[in-house]
Amino acid sequence: MRLTYPTSIRIVRVPCTGKVDVAHLLRAIEKGADGVYVVGCKEGECHYKKGNFRARKRVEQAKKVLSSIGGDEGRVEMFNLSSSDAPLFVKYAEEMDARIRTLGPNPLKKKNSRAA
Amino acid sequence: MIVADKKPVEEIIGYVKDHEKILVLGCNECVTVCEAGGKKEVGILASSLRMYFANQGRDIVVDERTLERQCDHEYLEEIRDIADQYDAIISIACGVGIQFTAEKYHSIPVYPGVNTCFLGVTEQRGLWTERCQACGNCILAYTGGICPVSRCAKRIMNGPCGGSSKGSCEINKDLDCAWQLIIDRLKAINRIDLYEKMFDIKDWSTDRAGGPRKVVREDVQI
Repeated sequence: MRLTYPTSIRIVRVPCTGKVDVAHLLRAIEKGADGVYVVGCKEGECHYKKGNFRARKRVEQAKKVLSSIGGDEGRVEMFNLSSSDAPLFVKYAEEMDARIRTLGPNPLKKKNSRAA
Repeated sequence: MIVADKKPVEEIIGYVKDHEKILVLGCNECVTVCEAGGKKEVGILASSLRMYFANQGRDIVVDERTLERQCDHEYLEEIRDIADQYDAIISIACGVGIQFTAEKYHSIPVYPGVNTCFLGVTEQRGLWTERCQACGNCILAYTGGICPVSRCAKRIMNGPCGGSSKGSCEINKDLDCAWQLIIDRLKAINRIDLYEKMFDIKDWSTDRAGGPRKVVREDVQI
């Protein structure tokens, strides 16, 4: 298909989205990522049964934490798609890219020199 | 296990907002199992605080450490060398750990990062329920292994009250009547005769009514 998606996105592979933890999402934002989104399998189609549901809960938790400390919860998101659905992958990438550009750069980017 | 629940991060920020160097101190025991104060929660809380202070334009150091336990001298001694670097400690161990940390590091403010709730079990992931109130005088031998002190809302000792209905407690239909559970269990183990036993008035002096308690075991003292 040779589809293109925004070059601003860096992919971090995980064995299953169920492996993603709240701490990973928060640490990405803390270290200066403008946004972080999780792309999991379609709901009900997880090879490990509940991995993508767990990921969604953790994304929701990360959103709560961000909003409770005055951050922007829109910088974290969860999407679901089939692994063969490249056009939808591109659509979500463009959607997230556009959202982040509206929100602007992560204000922590300049300030996080102390971040662990 | 001692069950605790996380405090809202806003409340914790309120405690430490005037400090410059903060240590978030977790515990590898009970609070790790109930997912309130283990290494992972230390990471999430410390990260949240760092982001909050950075957003405020403040250069605050928030470091992370998780001890094996906070209720024993030897593990708390592990931060002896570094404790002086901090002007506040947030302990997310249970109330016991928080207090023992405060006792040992007398000149450093220690703030709680969790609410300590009860002695309980993990019924399922994310659901913890109370089983023991540490009354100091266990009667489980006579009640089929089910405790009326911790599981009956009225803590009554000789059978259910009039509020027991279809196995549920009157304070909440989702709550089992402890005495119904006791009777069912005594029947199951063929010891319903124990239900006939009348308990004397319980001596609550071994509970909190007798003030702070201690256990002294000279045989194991060094």
